[in-house]
Amino acid sequence: MAKDRTLLGLTLALALLMAGMAVFPQWLTFLVMMSLARGLVVLAVVLQMRAGLVSFGQGLYYCVGGYTAAMLGSLYGVHEVAVLIAATILVSATVAFVLGTLLSRYRDIFFAMLTMAFSMILYGVLVKSSALGSTDGFSLPGMTFFGWTPETQSTAVYILTCLLVYLIALAYHYYQESPAGYLAGAIRENEIRVEYLGSSPQRLLHCKYVMASVIAAVGGLLSALATGHVDPEMAYWTTSGEFVFIAILGGTGHVAAPFIGSTLFSFVQTYAYQFFPYTWQMVLGLVLLLIIVFLPSGLWSLVQRSGSEKPRAADH
Amino acid sequence: MQPIIRTEGLCRNFGAVVAADNITVALAAREVIGVIGANGAGKTTFVNMVTGYLKPSAGKIYFGDRDITKLKPREVMRIGICRSFQIPQLFPELSVLDNLLVAVSSSDGTWPSFVKPLKSQARIDAAEQVLDEFEIVAFRDTIVGTLPQGIRKLVDIAMAMVSKPAVLLLDEPTSGVSAAEKFAMLDTIMAAVSGAGATVLFVEHDIEIVERYADRVLAFYDGRIIADADPDIALNDPDVRQYVVGSEVHRRQEGP
Repeated sequence: MAKDRTLLGLTLALALLMAGMAVFPQWLTFLVMMSLARGLVVLAVVLQMRAGLVSFGQGLYYCVGGYTAAMLGSLYGVHEVAVLIAATILVSATVAFVLGTLLSRYRDIFFAMLTMAFSMILYGVLVKSSALGSTDGFSLPGMTFFGWTPETQSTAVYILTCLLVYLIALAYHYYQESPAGYLAGAIRENEIRVEYLGSSPQRLLHCKYVMASVIAAVGGLLSALATGHVDPEMAYWTTSGEFVFIAILGGTGHVAAPFIGSTLFSFVQTYAYQFFPYTWQMVLGLVLLLIIVFLPSGLWSLVQRSGSEKPRAADH
Repeated sequence: MQPIIRTEGLCRNFGAVVAADNITVALAAREVIGVIGANGAGKTTFVNMVTGYLKPSAGKIYFGDRDITKLKPREVMRIGICRSFQIPQLFPELSVLDNLLVAVSSSDGTWPSFVKPLKSQARIDAAEQVLDEFEIVAFRDTIVGTLPQGIRKLVDIAMAMVSKPAVLLLDEPTSGVSAAEKFAMLDTIMAAVSGAGATVLFVEHDIEIVERYADRVLAFYDGRIIADADPDIALNDPDVRQYVVGSEVHRRQEGP
């Protein structure tokens, strides 16, 4: 059996990111924070992809996470991040549980379209809500972090982002190696057999949908803390499309893949926008095209090809 | 002896087509029952109804004294009725061992663990024991999608046997397998299954196999059971010879 180096790799990555905080310029710190926050949403997309479901509405929970934090902070005077995290998990899990009751009955394009529809409903509601800033959105106040009031908010958000992403990535990795994780691939390949092995594919998919939603909402919360602002674009379908784009870019072969994809996406987007301000979307499209042609299993397949990571059929 | 499975007046219609017409039958514990019939006679419909995949339009199914007519497939499996499929239902991108491990972990309880690893030594040992019983240990690490049909059939049945069911229903276990391999394959299956003490009902088109392995034959025609008896009697029944077997058995028994 190949030795699992994931724990070591994730811990090293955390240590590097923490050490990097001292030397990273501000723009890079921000880019890393956003990449990790968005990487969580991509991880949520990948979690569902492994079960055969492609969500084109993950922006819904990205937005729910961001708005939960922003509304509690700005409208209800909650300034403690620990409370925001708990509230984000609770709200997103509740919304996902209710919507998942319906969505877990659908597969393929029907699932994809319904997730997008729910996301666009939230977008429509937010755009029409003047109390929530309509299309402009609104800003978050300064926060305390588990009782600590930092001098610079961004440093605390960076540390919080790194730690939360590390913990969620680790939990995801262990989940992936568990019976429930394997059953995701099994459901994708053959629901009838899963049913005849004594498990309910629908209940399992419902559970995975709630898990993915909570992860995406935490990504939304971290993104809102990093930017200090939320707006309805977080739920717009192009935002959800970007998450799917990044999932394909990174691949589904490992828990690190969504974060690598997200980081690369952020760099490509930043530089493409700088050098090709009017045609940057074309550059992104070209990158995706090249990835699909040369790395159909995503960037992570480069690591697998190098031999340091044994590919697992269920990951594809 | 009380039957382990009993059906009463089982009917199933698909629009105007009657796939099962008033099927009343009882299966005893540890019996090996061969089910024969032409295509469309209602054999697979019967298996699908007993295993919860299809709900009967009318009639009842009992497991012992328990009415299981409305149970879902996973609930039917949980009480001890498992099945294999005409087209093996496997996870083709996983290895044989991983297929078995998923089956073993699913038989642990109704809700799979989200934290503990799938590949525990206890599960690997249990999976390897089943692979050994079905003589497919050599394919342990092979990706299922690359296996020949005969081995896939064995993996399919091995997965059904993981939970040690009281009743095993095999839908055409030798279809797609070469004539030369059929008997060896059935020998392996029957040896593995009889060791577990399960009642076996197998759907089969090959009459030689039915004659050799079945204690009892159910012959289906037009959604009905037209014969239910020992192989010698059932296969020589005039209706069975006319509608199911043709003259093949008759010729073989009388010689050229």
